[in-house]
Amino acid sequence: MVPLAWYVTLGAVLFVIGAAGILLRRNVLVVLMCLELMLNAVVINFVAFGHHLDDLRGQVFAIFIITIAAAEVAIALALLVALMRHRKQTLPRVDEINLMRG
Amino acid sequence: MTVSEPGTPRAGQPKAGSEMEQVFFLLFSAIAVGAALTVVLARDPVHSALALMVCLLQVAALFILLRSPFLAAVQVFVYVGAVMVLFLFVIMMLDIRQVAIERFLPRGRIPTLLVLGLLALQLVSLLLGSRLVDEAPDRVAEATTVAELGTRLFTHYLLPFEVVSVILLVALVGAIVLVRREGAE
Repeated sequence: MVPLAWYVTLGAVLFVIGAAGILLRRNVLVVLMCLELMLNAVVINFVAFGHHLDDLRGQVFAIFIITIAAAEVAIALALLVALMRHRKQTLPRVDEINLMRG
Repeated sequence: MTVSEPGTPRAGQPKAGSEMEQVFFLLFSAIAVGAALTVVLARDPVHSALALMVCLLQVAALFILLRSPFLAAVQVFVYVGAVMVLFLFVIMMLDIRQVAIERFLPRGRIPTLLVLGLLALQLVSLLLGSRLVDEAPDRVAEATTVAELGTRLFTHYLLPFEVVSVILLVALVGAIVLVRREGAE
Protein backbone atom coordinates (compact mmCIF):
# COMPACT_ATOMS: atom_id res chain seq x y z
CA MET A 1 0.00 0.00 0.00
CA VAL A 2 1.58 3.25 -1.12
CA PRO A 3 0.77 6.16 1.23
CA LEU A 4 -1.50 8.83 -0.21
CA ALA A 5 1.03 11.50 0.72
CA TRP A 6 3.48 10.08 -1.84
CA TYR A 7 0.98 10.44 -4.67
CA VAL A 8 0.04 13.95 -3.54
CA THR A 9 3.70 14.96 -3.42
CA LEU A 10 4.34 13.53 -6.88
CA GLY A 11 1.33 15.43 -8.20
CA ALA A 12 2.60 18.67 -6.66
CA VAL A 13 6.11 18.15 -8.06
CA LEU A 14 4.83 17.47 -11.58
CA PHE A 15 2.46 20.45 -11.33
CA VAL A 16 5.26 22.83 -10.36
CA ILE A 17 7.56 21.48 -13.10
CA GLY A 18 4.77 22.02 -15.63
CA ALA A 19 4.13 25.54 -14.33
CA ALA A 20 7.86 26.30 -14.62
CA GLY A 21 7.79 25.16 -18.24
CA ILE A 22 4.76 27.31 -19.04
CA LEU A 23 6.19 30.42 -17.42
CA LEU A 24 9.79 30.09 -18.61
CA ARG A 25 9.89 28.41 -22.01
CA ARG A 26 9.85 30.37 -25.22
CA ASN A 27 8.61 27.72 -27.64
CA VAL A 28 4.82 27.61 -27.99
CA LEU A 29 4.77 23.85 -28.54
CA VAL A 30 6.74 23.16 -25.38
CA VAL A 31 4.42 25.46 -23.45
CA LEU A 32 1.46 23.38 -24.66
CA MET A 33 3.23 20.17 -23.61
CA CYS A 34 3.81 21.60 -20.15
CA LEU A 35 0.10 22.38 -19.97
CA GLU A 36 -0.58 18.69 -20.55
CA LEU A 37 1.90 17.87 -17.81
CA MET A 38 0.01 20.07 -15.33
CA LEU A 39 -3.33 18.52 -16.26
CA ASN A 40 -1.84 15.09 -15.72
CA ALA A 41 -0.55 16.06 -12.31
CA VAL A 42 -4.08 17.03 -11.35
CA VAL A 43 -5.42 13.74 -12.71
CA ILE A 44 -2.97 11.85 -10.49
CA ASN A 45 -4.42 13.65 -7.47
CA PHE A 46 -7.98 12.85 -8.50
CA VAL A 47 -7.27 9.15 -8.98
CA ALA A 48 -5.16 8.87 -5.83
CA PHE A 49 -7.86 10.44 -3.66
CA GLY A 50 -10.53 8.35 -5.40
CA HIS A 51 -8.56 5.22 -4.57
CA HIS A 52 -7.88 6.37 -1.03
CA LEU A 53 -11.53 7.11 -0.28
CA ASP A 54 -12.75 4.13 -2.33
CA ASP A 55 -14.87 6.44 -4.49
CA LEU A 56 -15.45 6.09 -8.21
CA ARG A 57 -15.86 9.81 -8.71
CA GLY A 58 -12.11 10.29 -8.85
CA GLN A 59 -11.87 8.12 -11.95
CA VAL A 60 -14.97 9.66 -13.54
CA PHE A 61 -13.49 13.13 -13.20
CA ALA A 62 -10.15 11.87 -14.49
CA ILE A 63 -11.86 10.60 -17.64
CA PHE A 64 -13.54 13.97 -18.14
CA ILE A 65 -10.24 15.80 -17.65
CA ILE A 66 -8.46 13.59 -20.17
CA THR A 67 -11.23 14.14 -22.73
CA ILE A 68 -11.22 17.91 -22.30
CA ALA A 69 -7.43 17.94 -22.51
CA ALA A 70 -7.58 16.12 -25.84
CA ALA A 71 -10.09 18.67 -27.19
CA GLU A 72 -7.93 21.51 -25.91
CA VAL A 73 -4.81 20.18 -27.61
CA ALA A 74 -6.63 19.82 -30.92
CA ILE A 75 -7.84 23.44 -30.78
CA ALA A 76 -4.48 24.77 -29.60
CA LEU A 77 -2.53 23.04 -32.34
CA ALA A 78 -5.05 24.21 -34.96
CA LEU A 79 -4.64 27.77 -33.70
CA LEU A 80 -0.88 27.35 -33.90
CA VAL A 81 -1.03 26.15 -37.50
CA ALA A 82 -3.34 29.06 -38.39
CA LEU A 83 -0.92 31.46 -36.69
CA MET A 84 2.01 30.01 -38.60
CA ARG A 85 0.14 30.53 -41.83
CA HIS A 86 -0.64 34.08 -40.87
CA ARG A 87 3.01 34.76 -39.99
CA LYS A 88 4.42 33.25 -43.18
CA GLN A 89 5.79 29.95 -41.92
CA THR A 90 7.80 31.00 -38.91
CA LEU A 91 6.83 29.71 -35.52
CA PRO A 92 6.52 32.79 -33.28
CA ARG A 93 8.01 32.82 -29.82
CA VAL A 94 5.64 33.09 -26.92
CA ASP A 95 6.67 36.65 -26.12
CA GLU A 96 6.15 37.70 -29.75
CA ILE A 97 2.50 36.70 -29.97
CA ASN A 98 0.87 40.04 -29.19
CA LEU A 99 -1.61 40.47 -32.01
CA MET A 100 -4.41 40.99 -29.52
CA ARG A 101 -2.30 43.34 -27.38
CA GLY A 102 -2.27 40.90 -24.50
CA MET B 1 -1.60 -6.25 -11.02
CA THR B 2 -3.32 -9.46 -10.07
CA VAL B 3 -7.04 -9.41 -9.64
CA SER B 4 -8.01 -11.24 -6.49
CA GLU B 5 -10.31 -14.23 -6.61
CA PRO B 6 -13.90 -13.47 -5.63
CA GLY B 7 -13.66 -15.35 -2.35
CA THR B 8 -10.15 -14.29 -1.33
CA PRO B 9 -10.03 -11.91 1.64
CA ARG B 10 -7.95 -8.85 0.87
CA ALA B 11 -7.04 -8.20 4.48
CA GLY B 12 -4.56 -11.05 4.56
CA GLN B 13 -2.38 -9.51 1.86
CA PRO B 14 1.28 -10.31 2.45
CA LYS B 15 3.52 -7.49 3.60
CA ALA B 16 6.00 -8.17 0.81
CA GLY B 17 3.48 -7.14 -1.84
CA SER B 18 3.00 -3.77 -0.22
CA GLU B 19 6.73 -3.10 -0.13
CA MET B 20 6.98 -4.20 -3.74
CA GLU B 21 4.28 -1.65 -4.58
CA GLN B 22 6.25 1.12 -2.90
CA VAL B 23 9.38 0.16 -4.81
CA PHE B 24 7.42 0.28 -8.06
CA PHE B 25 5.91 3.63 -7.08
CA LEU B 26 9.34 5.10 -6.44
CA LEU B 27 10.65 3.72 -9.74
CA PHE B 28 7.75 5.07 -11.79
CA SER B 29 7.67 8.45 -10.09
CA ALA B 30 11.45 8.91 -10.39
CA ILE B 31 11.25 8.28 -14.14
CA ALA B 32 8.20 10.54 -14.40
CA VAL B 33 9.89 13.45 -12.63
CA GLY B 34 13.08 12.99 -14.68
CA ALA B 35 11.08 12.96 -17.89
CA ALA B 36 9.10 16.03 -16.80
CA LEU B 37 12.34 17.91 -16.16
CA THR B 38 13.54 16.83 -19.60
CA VAL B 39 10.35 18.26 -21.14
CA VAL B 40 11.13 21.64 -19.61
CA LEU B 41 14.88 21.65 -20.18
CA ALA B 42 15.33 19.97 -23.58
CA ARG B 43 16.53 22.17 -26.43
CA ASP B 44 14.78 20.28 -29.20
CA PRO B 45 10.94 20.20 -29.10
CA VAL B 46 11.07 16.62 -30.43
CA HIS B 47 13.01 15.58 -27.33
CA SER B 48 10.45 17.40 -25.20
CA ALA B 49 7.63 15.52 -26.89
CA LEU B 50 9.32 12.14 -26.45
CA ALA B 51 10.08 12.89 -22.79
CA LEU B 52 6.45 13.88 -22.26
CA MET B 53 5.45 10.54 -23.78
CA VAL B 54 7.67 8.72 -21.27
CA CYS B 55 6.22 10.77 -18.42
CA LEU B 56 2.63 10.04 -19.42
CA LEU B 57 3.41 6.32 -19.72
CA GLN B 58 4.77 6.34 -16.18
CA VAL B 59 1.60 8.05 -14.99
CA ALA B 60 -0.39 5.29 -16.70
CA ALA B 61 1.66 2.76 -14.74
CA LEU B 62 0.84 4.67 -11.55
CA PHE B 63 -2.86 4.37 -12.42
CA ILE B 64 -2.44 0.61 -12.43
CA LEU B 65 -0.85 0.84 -8.97
CA LEU B 66 -3.96 2.80 -8.00
CA ARG B 67 -6.17 -0.09 -9.17
CA SER B 68 -7.59 1.84 -12.10
CA PRO B 69 -6.65 -0.29 -15.12
CA PHE B 70 -9.29 1.25 -17.37
CA LEU B 71 -7.95 4.72 -16.74
CA ALA B 72 -4.43 3.49 -17.50
CA ALA B 73 -5.66 2.18 -20.84
CA VAL B 74 -7.43 5.48 -21.57
CA GLN B 75 -4.27 7.36 -20.67
CA VAL B 76 -2.20 5.29 -23.08
CA PHE B 77 -4.76 5.53 -25.89
CA VAL B 78 -5.66 9.20 -25.61
CA TYR B 79 -2.46 10.80 -24.38
CA VAL B 80 0.35 8.61 -25.61
CA GLY B 81 -1.57 7.59 -28.70
CA ALA B 82 -3.60 10.51 -29.95
CA VAL B 83 -2.30 13.67 -28.28
CA MET B 84 1.40 12.93 -28.58
CA VAL B 85 1.07 11.83 -32.19
CA LEU B 86 -0.71 15.13 -32.85
CA PHE B 87 2.18 17.00 -31.23
CA LEU B 88 4.82 15.09 -33.16
CA PHE B 89 2.83 15.55 -36.35
CA VAL B 90 2.72 19.32 -35.91
CA ILE B 91 6.43 19.37 -35.01
CA MET B 92 7.28 17.44 -38.15
CA MET B 93 4.90 19.48 -40.32
CA LEU B 94 6.20 22.86 -39.22
CA ASP B 95 9.84 23.68 -39.32
CA ILE B 96 10.50 24.70 -35.76
CA ARG B 97 14.22 24.11 -35.45
CA GLN B 98 14.82 27.86 -35.74
CA VAL B 99 13.30 28.49 -32.31
CA ALA B 100 15.68 26.11 -30.61
CA ILE B 101 18.31 28.81 -30.24
CA GLU B 102 16.88 30.44 -27.14
CA ARG B 103 15.17 28.12 -24.69
CA PHE B 104 13.86 30.45 -22.07
CA LEU B 105 12.16 33.82 -22.00
CA PRO B 106 14.71 36.62 -21.82
CA ARG B 107 13.15 38.60 -19.00
CA GLY B 108 11.74 37.93 -15.56
CA ARG B 109 13.35 34.57 -14.82
CA ILE B 110 14.26 35.24 -11.19
CA PRO B 111 10.81 36.53 -10.09
CA THR B 112 9.17 33.61 -11.89
CA LEU B 113 11.39 31.12 -10.11
CA LEU B 114 10.63 32.80 -6.79
CA VAL B 115 6.88 32.58 -7.42
CA LEU B 116 7.25 28.94 -8.42
CA GLY B 117 9.18 28.16 -5.26
CA LEU B 118 6.45 29.80 -3.23
CA LEU B 119 3.83 27.77 -5.11
CA ALA B 120 5.69 24.52 -4.42
CA LEU B 121 6.09 25.37 -0.74
CA GLN B 122 2.41 26.20 -0.43
CA LEU B 123 1.26 23.11 -2.27
CA VAL B 124 3.36 20.76 -0.18
CA SER B 125 2.57 22.40 3.15
CA LEU B 126 -1.16 22.64 2.48
CA LEU B 127 -1.56 19.16 1.03
CA LEU B 128 0.64 17.31 3.49
CA GLY B 129 -0.70 19.31 6.42
CA SER B 130 -4.27 18.30 5.63
CA ARG B 131 -5.95 15.79 7.89
CA LEU B 132 -7.25 13.73 4.98
CA VAL B 133 -3.79 12.70 3.83
CA ASP B 134 -2.78 11.22 7.18
CA GLU B 135 -5.85 9.08 7.61
CA ALA B 136 -5.30 5.46 6.77
CA PRO B 137 -8.09 4.00 4.64
CA ASP B 138 -10.37 1.62 6.51
CA ARG B 139 -9.97 -0.98 3.82
CA VAL B 140 -7.95 -1.57 0.70
CA ALA B 141 -9.99 -0.55 -2.31
CA GLU B 142 -10.70 -3.24 -4.87
CA ALA B 143 -9.77 -2.73 -8.48
CA THR B 144 -12.69 -1.02 -10.17
CA THR B 145 -14.15 -2.79 -13.13
CA VAL B 146 -15.06 -1.13 -16.39
CA ALA B 147 -18.67 -2.20 -15.81
CA GLU B 148 -18.89 -0.24 -12.54
CA LEU B 149 -17.31 2.79 -14.11
CA GLY B 150 -19.57 2.63 -17.16
CA THR B 151 -22.69 2.26 -15.06
CA ARG B 152 -21.73 5.27 -12.98
CA LEU B 153 -20.86 7.28 -16.07
CA PHE B 154 -24.14 6.53 -17.83
CA THR B 155 -26.42 7.04 -14.82
CA HIS B 156 -25.13 9.68 -12.40
CA TYR B 157 -22.96 11.49 -14.89
CA LEU B 158 -25.01 11.21 -18.06
CA LEU B 159 -25.45 14.96 -18.52
CA PRO B 160 -21.73 15.82 -18.10
CA PHE B 161 -20.93 12.92 -20.40
CA GLU B 162 -23.17 14.31 -23.13
CA VAL B 163 -21.79 17.81 -22.62
CA VAL B 164 -18.25 16.47 -22.99
CA SER B 165 -19.18 14.70 -26.21
CA VAL B 166 -20.63 17.95 -27.58
CA ILE B 167 -17.42 19.75 -26.55
CA LEU B 168 -15.41 17.15 -28.48
CA LEU B 169 -17.59 17.71 -31.53
CA VAL B 170 -17.17 21.49 -31.25
CA ALA B 171 -13.40 21.06 -30.93
CA LEU B 172 -13.36 18.85 -34.01
CA VAL B 173 -15.33 21.33 -36.10
CA GLY B 174 -13.36 24.26 -34.69
CA ALA B 175 -10.01 22.66 -35.52
CA ILE B 176 -11.11 22.00 -39.10
CA VAL B 177 -12.38 25.57 -39.53
CA LEU B 178 -9.18 27.02 -38.05
CA VAL B 179 -6.77 25.15 -40.30
CA ARG B 180 -8.80 25.55 -43.48
CA ARG B 181 -7.04 27.77 -45.97
CA GLU B 182 -8.71 31.09 -46.52
CA GLY B 183 -10.37 31.39 -49.89
CA ALA B 184 -10.67 27.63 -50.32
CA GLU B 185 -14.44 27.73 -50.13
